[in-house]
Amino acid sequence: MERFLELWPEFWKAALETLYMTSFALVLAGVLGLVIGVLLYVTRPGGLLQNAVVSALVNLLVNFFRPIPFVIFMAVAQPLARVVVGVGIGTTAGAFIIGLAASFAIGRIVEQHLVSVSPGVIEAARSMGAGPLRILFTVAIPEALGPLILGYTFIVVALIDMTAMAGLIGGGGLGAFAQIYGFRQFEPVVMWAAIVLIVVFVHLVQVLGTRLARKVMRR
Amino acid sequence: MPIVTLTNVSKTYPSPTPGGAEVTAVDDVTLSIERGDVFGIIGYSGAGKSTLVRLINALEPATSGTITVDGVDITSLSERQLRGVRGGIGMIFQQFNLFASKSVKANVAYPLKLAGWSKADIEARVDELLSFVGLADKARAYPDQLSGGQKQRVGIARALATGPAILLADEATSALDPQTTHEVLDLLGRVNREQGVTIVVITHEMDVIQTIATRVAVMEKGRVIEQGDVFDVFSAPQNPASQRFVGTVVKGVPSPSEAAALRERHRGRLVTFSFRDGDSSQAQVFLDLAAAGLDFELVYGGINDIRGRAFGHLTLAIRGDGAAIDRALSAIGARVEVTEIAQEEAN
Repeated sequence: MERFLELWPEFWKAALETLYMTSFALVLAGVLGLVIGVLLYVTRPGGLLQNAVVSALVNLLVNFFRPIPFVIFMAVAQPLARVVVGVGIGTTAGAFIIGLAASFAIGRIVEQHLVSVSPGVIEAARSMGAGPLRILFTVAIPEALGPLILGYTFIVVALIDMTAMAGLIGGGGLGAFAQIYGFRQFEPVVMWAAIVLIVVFVHLVQVLGTRLARKVMRR
Repeated sequence: MPIVTLTNVSKTYPSPTPGGAEVTAVDDVTLSIERGDVFGIIGYSGAGKSTLVRLINALEPATSGTITVDGVDITSLSERQLRGVRGGIGMIFQQFNLFASKSVKANVAYPLKLAGWSKADIEARVDELLSFVGLADKARAYPDQLSGGQKQRVGIARALATGPAILLADEATSALDPQTTHEVLDLLGRVNREQGVTIVVITHEMDVIQTIATRVAVMEKGRVIEQGDVFDVFSAPQNPASQRFVGTVVKGVPSPSEAAALRERHRGRLVTFSFRDGDSSQAQVFLDLAAAGLDFELVYGGINDIRGRAFGHLTLAIRGDGAAIDRALSAIGARVEVTEIAQEEAN
């Protein structure tokens, strides 16, 4: 316990790093994933802008990167991080790589929820003379919004999970804190403090996401 | 000039299995729909009627043939131009297809936004439409808070928003109970009468055709096998499939099994008289039989009414002297169609 109190400043620094990496990654993966998911949805056979070539390419991209274990992906994506955010190690590089890795998963989640929008509703919009982009933005995405929010919530939890590994490239965060000061130094109190805070984060995100989704879906 | 004309229209889909035969959903259909008609298209599921109706607003492109809507050949238009055509044709669906994420008001406003109406005009038009369908108090509700009948009324309000000349109803009452079905059909009738909207009704229920349609086409395996005035098709269906459909709402000439059942319970010769509007009245037939000194009872059938014109089939068991019956029947047969179902049993 004394040791934990000594580490108090490091603990909060780690907590802020986790929050920073999670939000940075969420914004990046949220946008990239939405783009990927929408591309998958509109170009699929029978889609709003059916296009076999684009569909095959995006699917290939997603299927290539998504299965790469994150621990390895971090190393692989370091050169890209250097180009985009200027550095290959550290919190921002970690956040960037997490966001990149998550965008492929989010892409699939977005695609799935868009696909499950009733084709009849899409047809109704077509029957009124709406064009494909109009249908995408004013019908398909709004109709899928509730499940999409739940999907994003699910991903935030996965992002927090991924930040725990960012320590490998010097990203810091609560995961690294628990590893370095708790696990390796045989300080269960320190380790559990980090765990409890992570659980609190996850819980807050889940409550927020569920509430928002419920509000959107009105149930 | 007809508002919708289909000339030798076919629609084929590629085979669902690689290398298989392509599927012909609509096969060489020619029909015309007059302005102000309520045109019914009836057929079993898979007969091609839903595809046919989607050719009219070009949700599906025809494989061959020409389709003109309001004088425009839509088979030659680009996708962008077709969007304009679709804006002038309303459509309602079996599953209503309301936007679950939008309020009733926003659902009805959607086509108006597409058409570029101003906010104030949209507001006024939505109010007008919702009062027309009797849902003025539900403007702020969401579709999942409405009953099936209410959902379809919202669907109708939405389909009519931009004042289309044509309304396509694809099995619009098939998901509704009989009571609600009649409320929705009444509403469609009002739309036709009060706003002069031409309505195309797709259904597998003859009752719907009988209630609302003025003309009907019967579809089977992608083809229109019979079309005409509803009264003509109902009172004298020419085709086995049409006869089956008419038989679901009209008790016609008893089938052999029905005749056998009647034979069990009734003595005498079983004879069906088929009445059509303008033919000899039933009273005259009964008078003739009575005058011939014959004993008779009504055992099967009924008289139907389609928009004030009566027709029907009445099967009577007639008892008495054989020769007297023959004489009476031949006299009556000059005015009314007479079908002898079964002779007196020799017992």
